Amino acid sequence: MSVMELDPRTALSFPKAAKMLLKETELRGNVRRATETIQAKRRKLVAEKDDWQELRESARQIRAHVLAHLGAYLEEFERNLTRAGGTVHWARNAEEAQAIVVSLAKEAGAQEVIKIKSMTTEEIHLNGALEEAGIHAYETDLAELILQLGHDTPSHIVVPALHKNRAQIREIFKREMNLPELGSAPEDLAEAARRFLREKFLRVHTAVSGANFLIAETGGICIVESEGNGRMCLTLPDTLIAVVGIEKVLPRFGDLEVMLQLLARSATGERMNPYNSIWTGVRPGDGPRKMHVVLLDNARTEVLADKEGRQTLQCIRCAACLNACPVYRQTGGHAYGSVYAGPIGAILTPQLMEMKHGQSLPYASSLCGACYEVCPVKINIPEVLIHLRNEVVKRHGPLAPEAIALRMVATLFRSERRFRAAQRLGRMAQTLLARRELKIVGQNVGQADWGDSQWIHWLPGMLGGWTRSRDLEAIPSESFREWWDRRSK
Amino acid sequence: MSAVISAREEILACISSAGTKGAEDAAADYARIERSYRQAARLSHAATLDLLEERLHEYGARVFRVAESEIASLCARLLRERGARRIVVPAGLPEKWLAGAGSAAESTLEIVPDADFDAAALDSFDSVMTASTVAIAETGTIVLASAPDEGRRAITLVPDYHLCVVREGDVVETVVEGMRRLDAVKEMPLTLISGPSATADIEMTRIKGVHGPRFLDVAVVRA
Ligand code: SF4
Repeated sequence: MSVMELDPRTALSFPKAAKMLLKETELRGNVRRATETIQAKRRKLVAEKDDWQELRESARQIRAHVLAHLGAYLEEFERNLTRAGGTVHWARNAEEAQAIVVSLAKEAGAQEVIKIKSMTTEEIHLNGALEEAGIHAYETDLAELILQLGHDTPSHIVVPALHKNRAQIREIFKREMNLPELGSAPEDLAEAARRFLREKFLRVHTAVSGANFLIAETGGICIVESEGNGRMCLTLPDTLIAVVGIEKVLPRFGDLEVMLQLLARSATGERMNPYNSIWTGVRPGDGPRKMHVVLLDNARTEVLADKEGRQTLQCIRCAACLNACPVYRQTGGHAYGSVYAGPIGAILTPQLMEMKHGQSLPYASSLCGACYEVCPVKINIPEVLIHLRNEVVKRHGPLAPEAIALRMVATLFRSERRFRAAQRLGRMAQTLLARRELKIVGQNVGQADWGDSQWIHWLPGMLGGWTRSRDLEAIPSESFREWWDRRSK
Repeated sequence: MSAVISAREEILACISSAGTKGAEDAAADYARIERSYRQAARLSHAATLDLLEERLHEYGARVFRVAESEIASLCARLLRERGARRIVVPAGLPEKWLAGAGSAAESTLEIVPDADFDAAALDSFDSVMTASTVAIAETGTIVLASAPDEGRRAITLVPDYHLCVVREGDVVETVVEGMRRLDAVKEMPLTLISGPSATADIEMTRIKGVHGPRFLDVAVVRA
């Protein structure tokens, strides 16, 4: 398969890409197996926490609070990191962030850098920019290494190579590491990666990372990982450059008591991931002597300014919504044409593109609500999807009946209390709406960028699946008819 | 003054015009965040210790419950079993803990206090031994907080075998209790370790030991 472009400005629209990917039966099998495994583990560990809902609610409030006071917390973070010997840089957009990282790496005399998996550096396509400046970036996360050596792109936020199976990984390592005798047991493959990377860890003096959380109170940084490649990059080099979205800040160290409980269970179905590193600035004799944090806006302030879209920035990138999404599980991540796939990608990508690109993504959903149910910070993804569909329709007027119907659903969703009351009903109605919407889209071939008459062909099967997973009988038919009547007026 | 607005000023201006609030309201609003999740322990301390042991076993770590006076003989035995040849220890590690190791006539074990070794030098050690600051039973997590008997972060990362001493009094049941104890050292470099390094990147199979230590033994010491 050809490599899918993960730049929303040039990527195929979701329906077109999805249609291509649906033919990739091996890929779909890999994605299905992996997401089922994580989901089963997650379910088990969430069930053992009898305060799960309370944790989610606190996490939501903490993240919403941060966003409501974002400027104050960023300035506090900057003050404290500076006091602790670190340096803060601000980047309005991807180009500025790239330029800052390139110049810091050059200042450090780096011809090579080691990298910890980071969605933010993927978002700004940092590796390409470094390469152009003559600096080679080695990805050190096993999955990212698989993708880098296989000239592939990530398809999942937490397990970026989940679309590859062991046989495919073995072929890549055999070829790229020149190991003709390599076995295909996962242990053999991990051992090959360990050897390949150890030499880089010991040799390369500059590292680039993202961050899971910034801590305003201390100027601290928290990085959550499994393999130890993160710890290698954080402690062995002389210079560490972290590229972090401005929304990643937490008020206090104590807030980690909530976030760390939710993140690992949601992301990998573990009680805790093997390694969490938390440190503050530069500590003589322990870790890098130069510590830089590049705070990246890249349209996040626009999202912040949009009352309905703002909650998107609460995200802690656990990927639970991807694993739970019936659309993602069918198509895999590449169809989303962005480093952010799945439900979170469907809302984040178009907003980061200021609604100029990725406009078919808000439609890449059945609005079944599974993403909202699993989200550890309670982002109401269906609500944001509907809001964004409205935005798309606004931009692409004329106001078709679909737009009016969409609006009505949006009012229904606007208040959370009403949303809960209307949830069952809403779900049913949205399914029908989704069908209608997509039919209309199918008829408008060539008008909008998501238009493709083939789109409809793969739908019946998928919709069948979605419908099966819901208890439709439980929905009071009268209320539904009421809604339907109102809708068609 | 340059007419060019810095990225910092522009981003902060965009944030404040996005309908956000200033620093003055932050503390009061923060205090209003609901925290009705579980905050206190439920288990007895004995049950908490058992839970920690169980969780560590699940991660494939070995756990030994000993009295302080037995640490030296336990360590000597474990290092022998693991075939350790060179062990790096933080400068503040109690000497008596290793009094039994490396002393036997036939022993070839070399015990070296950390002396700012660079990465390549650290790579020549197969083992490391440290104490710890907190252990969280619920998640099987051991926390290193850069105390003198824990050392800097790199020494517990490069060697393949980590022998870690946990004091019973430092074991708590929940993540909340653990993080609250860490509040006192929140500006130190902290490493939370929950089992040996692992990956599930290949077909979601958990494989032990990618880059960090592959073998972890924990000595839980009675106070
Ligand atoms: S939207 Fe929620 S579930 Fe999805 S990645 Fe973000 S935090 Fe996780």
